[in-house]
Amino acid sequence: MMKVNFFVTCLCDVVKSNVAKKTVLLLEQLGCEVLFPKEQGCCGQPSLNSGYIESSKPAMKSLIRAFEGNEYPIVTPAGSCAAAVKKYPEYLADEPEWAARAQAVSDRLFELTQFIVNELNIENVGAKLPGRGVYHPSCSLIRKLGVREEPLKLLGNVEGLELVAIKNQETCCGFGGTFSIKMSEISGEMVKEKATNITAVTPDYLIGADVSCLMNIAGRLSREGKTVKVLHIVDVLMSNIVDSLTVEVN
Amino acid sequence: MSMKTSDVIFKQRIKEQMQDGFMRKSVANAQERMFTNRQLAADKLGNWDEWRENGMEIRNHVLDNLDYYLHQLSENVQKTGGHVFFAETSQQATDYIENIIKEKDAKKIVKSKSMVTEEIGLNEVIQRNNCEVIETDLGEYILQVDDCDPPSHIVVPALHKNREQIRGVFEDKIGYAGSSDPEEMTRFVREHIRHDFLEADIGITGCNFAVAESGSISLVTNEGNARLATSLPKVHIAVMGMERIVPTFEELDIMVSLLCRSAVGLPLTGYVTAITGPRESNDMDGAEEFHLVILDNGRSDILASEFKSILRCIRCAACVNTCPAYRHIGGQSYGSIYSGPIGAVLSPLLGGYDDFQDLPYACSLCQACNDVCPVKIPLSDLLLKHREKMVIKKITPLAERLTVSAFNYLNSSPKLWNMSMKIGGKVAPKVIKDGKLPINVGAIADWTEARDLPQPDGDSFRSWFANRDADTPVSGTAAVTGIVEAKVKANKSEK
Repeated sequence: MMKVNFFVTCLCDVVKSNVAKKTVLLLEQLGCEVLFPKEQGCCGQPSLNSGYIESSKPAMKSLIRAFEGNEYPIVTPAGSCAAAVKKYPEYLADEPEWAARAQAVSDRLFELTQFIVNELNIENVGAKLPGRGVYHPSCSLIRKLGVREEPLKLLGNVEGLELVAIKNQETCCGFGGTFSIKMSEISGEMVKEKATNITAVTPDYLIGADVSCLMNIAGRLSREGKTVKVLHIVDVLMSNIVDSLTVEVN
Repeated sequence: MSMKTSDVIFKQRIKEQMQDGFMRKSVANAQERMFTNRQLAADKLGNWDEWRENGMEIRNHVLDNLDYYLHQLSENVQKTGGHVFFAETSQQATDYIENIIKEKDAKKIVKSKSMVTEEIGLNEVIQRNNCEVIETDLGEYILQVDDCDPPSHIVVPALHKNREQIRGVFEDKIGYAGSSDPEEMTRFVREHIRHDFLEADIGITGCNFAVAESGSISLVTNEGNARLATSLPKVHIAVMGMERIVPTFEELDIMVSLLCRSAVGLPLTGYVTAITGPRESNDMDGAEEFHLVILDNGRSDILASEFKSILRCIRCAACVNTCPAYRHIGGQSYGSIYSGPIGAVLSPLLGGYDDFQDLPYACSLCQACNDVCPVKIPLSDLLLKHREKMVIKKITPLAERLTVSAFNYLNSSPKLWNMSMKIGGKVAPKVIKDGKLPINVGAIADWTEARDLPQPDGDSFRSWFANRDADTPVSGTAAVTGIVEAKVKANKSEK
């Protein structure tokens, strides 16, 4: 049995804990033993993406330490947090020892779909979800981690699920972390356009692999009173597997 | 107009701009058209990434050897009988040009499109010498006759105006009585300004790339106006940023291939002109006197900084045409002649944080710009670098600094973080009701302006994980395990 560490990320820990729970259950279903190093904190994006690199260093080091207890892969259901940790070596370049430790952690870190498809070599998890779905390829997956095909392979094998394309599919949803607060006017217009493009194809589901983008788009769809169900990809992959846990993200 | 185009505060500016439905529609349409055409042109050329890599290497090579190429360029321009002036500041550049105007007693100047002349605020200088200046690029001309409306795009300066608005401007300002048909309007302007070309004492142009080996300057245009502006007046002044050099015509070929495709989605623009010095005795046409003004204006400081890669920029605006923030706020929101991602990086470097500190935050860090840049400038990383600089300079808001300090304090202590997450998991579901919090201020108010808050799932994950050994397995899990394992096995054996 393959042992893996789970990197929960703060939004999945506190707000969308079902996504985290289902990720653990899915990994177990796929033959992994999941460990949860509980010393782990947040990847630090709110601080790092605001430019507070220096004052983020103790937290970055704390996260590195948390995952140094073993050599197993680290898996997370949030692309943007994975991308943030993968930049640690660059941020810590002035401290070669820490940069090397950061690199070692970064090398073991995988976004969930990347891990399932490329490391476990599984493309069909046996899920079933009838209906039309729009997949939102989040910026962190496609542009920062280069994870483009993996989620599509997994979704392509979900029984009954039809994926529908939307206009400007790869355009950012406008979340951008602190951007959604600091530049809420611009962020708001971006998510409005994204919601318009999604609802234009009248899907049953909006599916993504990054909780933060989903939270943003779901918040807009909810504001507009739209009935599109917003699902994390793990919700989809666990559909018809653990019915009792199928709760949409929003 | 100099680099800064507005005194209104950033938030107010974007608010006003976002209310302009015409502008937003024009920008969105133009962006989509240019983005699609760029992609098609890149795909048609093939091996686009190798071309980009090549472009990046050429630009890096020039920047690494800029002193050498500047010297070579100057020598060769002088050999052909041209004059070279190296201006450290924009003031020095405009002083030099002002002297030529006075010396020639120039009464009229025709200009072709040039961002760098806008950066140094050249038109005001020309006008205060009782000399008329006419922008001959159609886009620039529209803005000039519209009481010097600031540009909203570095390639298509009047992008924010639709054809009806342009017709209105022409009607009000230059007595146009025709339709809003672009060809008809263009024909009218051509006839309207033809005499200006013939009467002008001086022609002023920018320079897309200077070729060091021959001392030539190249101009990439679509309207032919630059050719008239450089061949009819007796004096030609070209103004260039000091980094805009290629070693030889071979590299020019590659850079122009990248530029035209990235800017307008075409293999070539209508006119690609190379001019080498003033006219010689056996030349049919051309200016009798040629001046090349090479502008530093902060560029050598950038060269020595971590922002060096921005000097690779060839001003194609591919980043602008793909930026989702630009799409919604339009170019004038940036308050700088340089807008979009390139503007958000460049404006604070050339004009300082006092005037442009908001620009690096007008970005969701989506990195779409990085992917389209023909010379692979990591624009989004440079915007982040600006944020870091502003933190170091302590010009970020106090409330933000305190919040971030508190966050980093909690996050660097596993014990405190663990506790915070557990408490958060307990509290969040109780306080967030129907996408709202009872208090609606600060960050929460900003977020909920356009969207609801998420409905929390319940207790924190870590509480669940800690207790799960004690609990019975989640119902259904055990029952389906066998099915999943069987399907997974089947899938594996198919491979």
